[in-house]
Amino acid sequence: MKRSLILWIPLAGYLVFLGIASLGLNREQQTVIESRMIGKEIPGIDLPAASSTNPALSTKEMADGKPRLLNIFASWCVPCAAEAPVLAQMAQQGVRIDGVAIRDARADVDAFLARHGDPFQRIGLDARSTLQFYLGSSGVPETFVVDGKGVIRYQHIGAVGPQDVDTLLAKLREAES
Amino acid sequence: MIAEIGLAALWLAATLAGLQLLLAWTAVARGNADAQRLIRPVAVAQGVLTGLAMALLILLFLQSDMSVYLVAANSHSMKPFIYKFAGAWGNHEGSMLLWIAVMSMAGAAVALFERGLDRRTHIATLGAQAAISLGFYAFLLLASNPFKRLVPAAADGQGLNPLLQDPGLAFHPPTLYFGYVGLSVAFSFAVGALLTRQVNARFARAIRPWVLAAWIMLTIGITAGSYWAYYELGWGGWWFWDPVENASLMPWLAATALLHSATVLATRDALRAWTIMLSVVAFAMSMIGTFLVRSGILTSVHAFAVDPTRGSFILALLGIYIGGALALFALRVHTVNEGSRFEPVSREAMLVLNNLLLCVILGLVLIGTLYPLLTEMVGLRVSVGPPYFNAIIGPLALALMAALVVGPLLRWRRDDPRALLRRTAPALIAGALTLIAVLALAPHPIGWMTTTGFVVAAAVAVASVAPLWGRNLRRTPLFTYGMVIAHLGCAVCIAGIASESAFSQEKLAAARPGDTFEIAGNKVAFDGVMPIAGPNWTAMQANLTVSRNGRVIGVAKPQARFFSDPPTPTTESVQMTRWSGQLYLVLGDALEDGRWQLRIWWKPFVTFIWYGGGMIALGGLLALVGRVRRERKHGRAAEPEPVSAGAPPQGAVPA
Repeated sequence: MKRSLILWIPLAGYLVFLGIASLGLNREQQTVIESRMIGKEIPGIDLPAASSTNPALSTKEMADGKPRLLNIFASWCVPCAAEAPVLAQMAQQGVRIDGVAIRDARADVDAFLARHGDPFQRIGLDARSTLQFYLGSSGVPETFVVDGKGVIRYQHIGAVGPQDVDTLLAKLREAES
Repeated sequence: MIAEIGLAALWLAATLAGLQLLLAWTAVARGNADAQRLIRPVAVAQGVLTGLAMALLILLFLQSDMSVYLVAANSHSMKPFIYKFAGAWGNHEGSMLLWIAVMSMAGAAVALFERGLDRRTHIATLGAQAAISLGFYAFLLLASNPFKRLVPAAADGQGLNPLLQDPGLAFHPPTLYFGYVGLSVAFSFAVGALLTRQVNARFARAIRPWVLAAWIMLTIGITAGSYWAYYELGWGGWWFWDPVENASLMPWLAATALLHSATVLATRDALRAWTIMLSVVAFAMSMIGTFLVRSGILTSVHAFAVDPTRGSFILALLGIYIGGALALFALRVHTVNEGSRFEPVSREAMLVLNNLLLCVILGLVLIGTLYPLLTEMVGLRVSVGPPYFNAIIGPLALALMAALVVGPLLRWRRDDPRALLRRTAPALIAGALTLIAVLALAPHPIGWMTTTGFVVAAAVAVASVAPLWGRNLRRTPLFTYGMVIAHLGCAVCIAGIASESAFSQEKLAAARPGDTFEIAGNKVAFDGVMPIAGPNWTAMQANLTVSRNGRVIGVAKPQARFFSDPPTPTTESVQMTRWSGQLYLVLGDALEDGRWQLRIWWKPFVTFIWYGGGMIALGGLLALVGRVRRERKHGRAAEPEPVSAGAPPQGAVPA
């Protein structure tokens, strides 16, 4: 009797594994990785100009008293083209937007801006995702709200759609106070 | 049309698999003679049809037929020929088709070539093989049809993950697949033998060549994969304990244990239930590995083949087959007669120790791999990495190697401890001398684990060739040479690992053109960087002139590559191999002031790691050829093997 019970141990152990695996499989997959930099000061990095029309970007100069959006984009990124009209509209409403072009080339950025509009005041070229890494950003596009003291207040992951505008404007107002 | 023929061949093959299962049932349960005759041609036809389907898929990729969804999603007309070819299995659907093709071709091979098993067990084995195939046919045809059409056809394809565009990798996955799926044969043998209750020496001799064949492919696959990660990822490491690497290591560990326990069963008719258990576990590890990789349940650097819904399907198959086999084991194995018992100082006792150590290592790798999954359930995110594995697995692996010093020098049945001590003396002396040499000569203190690594490597190297001493080398069977070379390969591999981890030198530099760096007697001059373009990528390429003692020994051109389709950066490192090690050069990021990051490593004797792996595989191959030849010559004797086989002959070693 005892021996035959022992023989069932492998199956029991295996069923435990199956249970864990199926629980793990059905758990919600965390696909969005949030930055841990929210509430912290933006790391100071100088980036060269990414286009021939906009000046270069230094995150050290962001503590100038006024909040802004920092948009992480790339000319090779399709959702970035999709969010361009929304950003352009916000820029027209007076929102300050700086851009960071990830792993890009100047000619490509110029073409991108000519085609999709240019809502940016400054655009830095982040050829090796250095600033992106320090921001804790995991993809393009992403949009950060940075307040007048250079502190990151909010992170929006993915393309900015018309439905996101109100949230971003509210976060900008919050950042002003 | 080609796609439709491929799909039809698959459906037909699936039907034949169903028929094969039915025939096996009537043949084994009812003793139906017609079913007994019919089952072999059916198994062969099934193998041919899936082979045809695989060939047709490859043809579609070669033709860049963009009206087929899979081709459009994973290939590109601009892609070099070899990657179009390899693209056929560089994706989920294609690799599942390859899986089922290998599985049913292995079944066909068992139907054609297996002569050692008794007839009923042979038929039951074919039935079990058909049963597992059916699950995978269902998966392929219902959830991942590789021949699905794309309407309208795409203008061009979307490319292949650039990391995978490497000649080594084109053939790495299929090699591993042959190993994984080859273990399905061992599983089917075990199920067949449990059904007919024929677990004996004859069974062990029959299963051994199949396990060996799968094990050789796994060994080659793991060795090649390790080298690929080493040069392609540009991190200079050769093993990362990544879930996907563990997924290939776990079946290998189980198969290694199985090989050794099958030898005990074949020679001494012992370890019956244990051998059956290992056969089930080995294939279970293959499937668990596939599940872990494919389901995306664990985060991995290899996660380019992830899909949770498919994960559920594989999990269901895992539950049915492995759970079923374990239940069958629990129900049936006590009716299998207990095998022989044995003495504590004997070859078989040492092989039991080998099995225990391998299984403990296997268990710890499995726990380490699954641990993040467990902690995530309670809301903790952890990753279990090299610190855990190196600290836990390292000592156990060294203990296993220490057992390897003694094991092959022991006699079957019973041995005299004092005689054993005399036989192992040269190995122990070699180990002691190495210890002194390491302590005296090491330029800086090295850890106890690497020190032990050197000592054990030396002892194993001497001990592994010891079974040949005093033997007539021309009359020594081929499989004994196989054992010697495989064990020697372990020593070579361990030596490489110890040397790499103890004596590697690293230089990280921000270099301006004209700068020179010195590492381990090599002068590396940075001449500058220039842009170049390939068929589907652009790159910055550094020019590094390497000289030694004032003489130029070569120019290395590491690249930082950027693939256009899909946009992905990769590093192309350069290795300059010398007899004494490798110089490993990587071009990193451009810095703002015109300097470039350079990473240079000197890795003494690092190549031994893969030479060792190659020797282990070669030893396996010799053993396979030797075993098959002997079986052919001696026919199908049902008695246990003569005790001398593979053991030091009586009287050959001074006793």
